Amino acid sequence: MENNTYTNIETPKLSSPHYTTLNLGPTHPATHGIFQNILTMDGEHVVDSEQTVGYIHRAFEKIAEQRTWYQITPLTDRLNYCSSPINNIGYQLAVEKLFGVTTSKRIDYMRVVIMELSRIADHLICNSVIGVDAGALTGFLYVMQERENIYDIFEEICGARLTTNIGRIGGFDSDFKPSTIDKINTFLANFPKVLKEFENLLLRNRIFMDRTIGVGGISGERALAYGFTGPNLRATGVDYDVRVMNSYSSYSDFDFIIPTGTQGDTYDRFCVRQAEMWESLKIIAQALKNMPEGAYCVDVPEIVLPAKEEVYGKMEALIWHFKVVMGEVNTPVGEIYTSVEGGNGELGFYIVSDGGRTPYRLHFRRPCFIYYQAYPEMIKGGLLSDAIITLSSMNVIAGELDA
Amino acid sequence: MDKNLIKIELIVEKISSEFGAAIIANCINSDMATFTVDSKSIIAVIQYLKEELGFNFLTDLCGIHYPNEELSLGVVYHLHNFNENTRLRLKTFVSINNPTMPTATNLFPTSNWMERETFDFYGITFDGHPNMKRILNVDYLDYYPMRKEYPLEDPTRHDKDDRFFGR
Repeated sequence: MENNTYTNIETPKLSSPHYTTLNLGPTHPATHGIFQNILTMDGEHVVDSEQTVGYIHRAFEKIAEQRTWYQITPLTDRLNYCSSPINNIGYQLAVEKLFGVTTSKRIDYMRVVIMELSRIADHLICNSVIGVDAGALTGFLYVMQERENIYDIFEEICGARLTTNIGRIGGFDSDFKPSTIDKINTFLANFPKVLKEFENLLLRNRIFMDRTIGVGGISGERALAYGFTGPNLRATGVDYDVRVMNSYSSYSDFDFIIPTGTQGDTYDRFCVRQAEMWESLKIIAQALKNMPEGAYCVDVPEIVLPAKEEVYGKMEALIWHFKVVMGEVNTPVGEIYTSVEGGNGELGFYIVSDGGRTPYRLHFRRPCFIYYQAYPEMIKGGLLSDAIITLSSMNVIAGELDA
Repeated sequence: MDKNLIKIELIVEKISSEFGAAIIANCINSDMATFTVDSKSIIAVIQYLKEELGFNFLTDLCGIHYPNEELSLGVVYHLHNFNENTRLRLKTFVSINNPTMPTATNLFPTSNWMERETFDFYGITFDGHPNMKRILNVDYLDYYPMRKEYPLEDPTRHDKDDRFFGR
């Protein structure tokens, strides 16, 4: 112990034996999911952190090796369950790429509408939870109603709200109903006002800014080294967005900007997500306005289930139905990697096919599994309460983390 | 598209001249250029790609198992060059009797957990890794579950038996 010459008070050094070990999690209400961090604390300051993950590992990659192609979509629901439709559609795009199927503009635009709606739902949860961790519960409860409205739209389209299994490989099982379009238009009309109010509540709120600016920051260089993607990377100033860089599902048709931050801290991550929601609204409006006419699914019998009335009445359709359900279609041999811009980063699908009825190997590139390992570096030296707010601003979803 | 192809051919040429025999195979007809690299040279190849050819981002790293091959366990790397927007796939294979290969954590800190995941599911040990232990499964698990010798479904089930479908 060194003595402070001025006051004669002992100053604790970093190698002090007075560290305490604190178990944050696995189930703690402040971590919003099952994350365990064994923290070494010096008073209120975090000295080190050891992460334990895998509490809700469900072996999706192993299960996928025993399932035919269309049976894997429900597994992807359970990765990032805040934006299941992006996972579903990303997986469907991957299988279409393997089969060499291209979809029509109408299918692409329908998918874009759904993906952007779920991006809004995802960002809305993340940003409002940052508010909750800073002590502002009101915004969270207020925007929850809008998330419900988005889930109502999903329910109209596919019958489910959270784990959606939306769409099919090759398009959709049915067209958008006129009432669905009405619901989306109502949402587009009402949501900007709510989002603006939510922004007014937090964006220039002195308390919120003091709690988030300079907290949990990371440089662009370190973020790239740690494999950051999505809003977390863009908050550091790197404008990497899969929608623009490797455009899929006709994203190149739409006019939108990629918001970026500068500091890579919690406040920047909040701002980037906030700006992305406005951009998503723009994209949805453009997609609805320019939605072309056409079929809602491709005409490729190898991957699309025939209509029920045909299955019951026609031999050919019955044969194809059986083949698709049992996985007895000719699958191309090969390997592909494709990725989509998920709610929290680049969601990749690496498929190896040996021509069998199931994938030989299916690997999910789960963005938050990859960037969550930077968490100890981001919270070191900060306060415990800052560690909590950093975790929620990173949008780590336990389901995706543990696969 | 043509421009991309030229870039890929240039990369193939550069890597082949730099590493010669260490490049076991290459394929540019797939969705991205794919190289199979000798496991001893893999880190040197990744370092060359990162420092000379600008592949600054490790997108993905995962394991794969081909039980009928001599070198049956594989690791697949996906690299991404942000400036040129080129993606590249590297594969390397090791024997199941001695599944060790060097770690990429010194080049890409992000490979830390991905290598642990590969170890967890395939049993490939990465030499020089700072914390080589299981990540998603429990520590006392005594097998590597993603290897092909562990079938998932009940072996008494016959409704999906390949014999009934002429395979």
